[in-house]
Amino acid sequence: MLHIQYNDYEAMRAHGEETYPHECCGVLLGKSDAEGNHVVQIVRAGNTRTDSAHNRYNIAPQELVKIQRQARGLGLDIVGFYHSHPDHPAQWSPTDFAEAHWIGCSYVITAVEKGEAAITNSFLLTGTNEEDKKFADQPIEIGVAV
Amino acid sequence: MNIHIPTPLRAYTGGAETVSVPGTTVAEVFTALTTEYPELKQQLFNTEGKLRSFVNVYVNDEDLRYLPSKDATQVAATDELTIIPSIAGGSAVRASRNSLCCSCCPLL
Repeated sequence: MLHIQYNDYEAMRAHGEETYPHECCGVLLGKSDAEGNHVVQIVRAGNTRTDSAHNRYNIAPQELVKIQRQARGLGLDIVGFYHSHPDHPAQWSPTDFAEAHWIGCSYVITAVEKGEAAITNSFLLTGTNEEDKKFADQPIEIGVAV
Repeated sequence: MNIHIPTPLRAYTGGAETVSVPGTTVAEVFTALTTEYPELKQQLFNTEGKLRSFVNVYVNDEDLRYLPSKDATQVAATDELTIIPSIAGGSAVRASRNSLCCSCCPLL
């Protein structure tokens, strides 16, 4: 299960609308336990794939180092990532799978159809290494805004 | 020196987010790291003993790949080494406006 508050969920989807027709990307900070990944904060990231931003995303490692440092300062961990699929289903692609290396983390994908956020799905990267990794459908529990 | 471990690899460091190992070069540090935590070796290195392509290593704020001395780079106990797997992906193929999906989509 991916646990996320309503405001963060909506902010993630709004990010995809803002960058349309390009893909957005970001990082989910939080904590993990037996019940799943709990998002405490989302962090927007830049998409370095300016050559093919409509169907590719990449977060610069340097930016990721800073985000990991930020998480550490907050007592949080990187528990997942999000990105958008402009005019494409909210389903992981072969590219998403090939480039997924954070086992145990959630990969959230929002389909953005003609500029409007549509379906959002989460996939948990399971396994123990590159050879046996798999994406599993991961239900999303959206916390009620307070 | 301190090494910051990303979440997916903490299963191999007993859950530790930061570990400290000795060494005066990056190579020595990695040898010490994988000696203390042997399961990390397969995660970080390929069968030829080279860092896997998606594993990024930063010495403080410098990408190891771009340091002139590579893994022979000298490090001090106060330096920090960060291991960070890459993050990338994307829909890869744009869907036609007349179809819901594409031939590469695992839904089909």
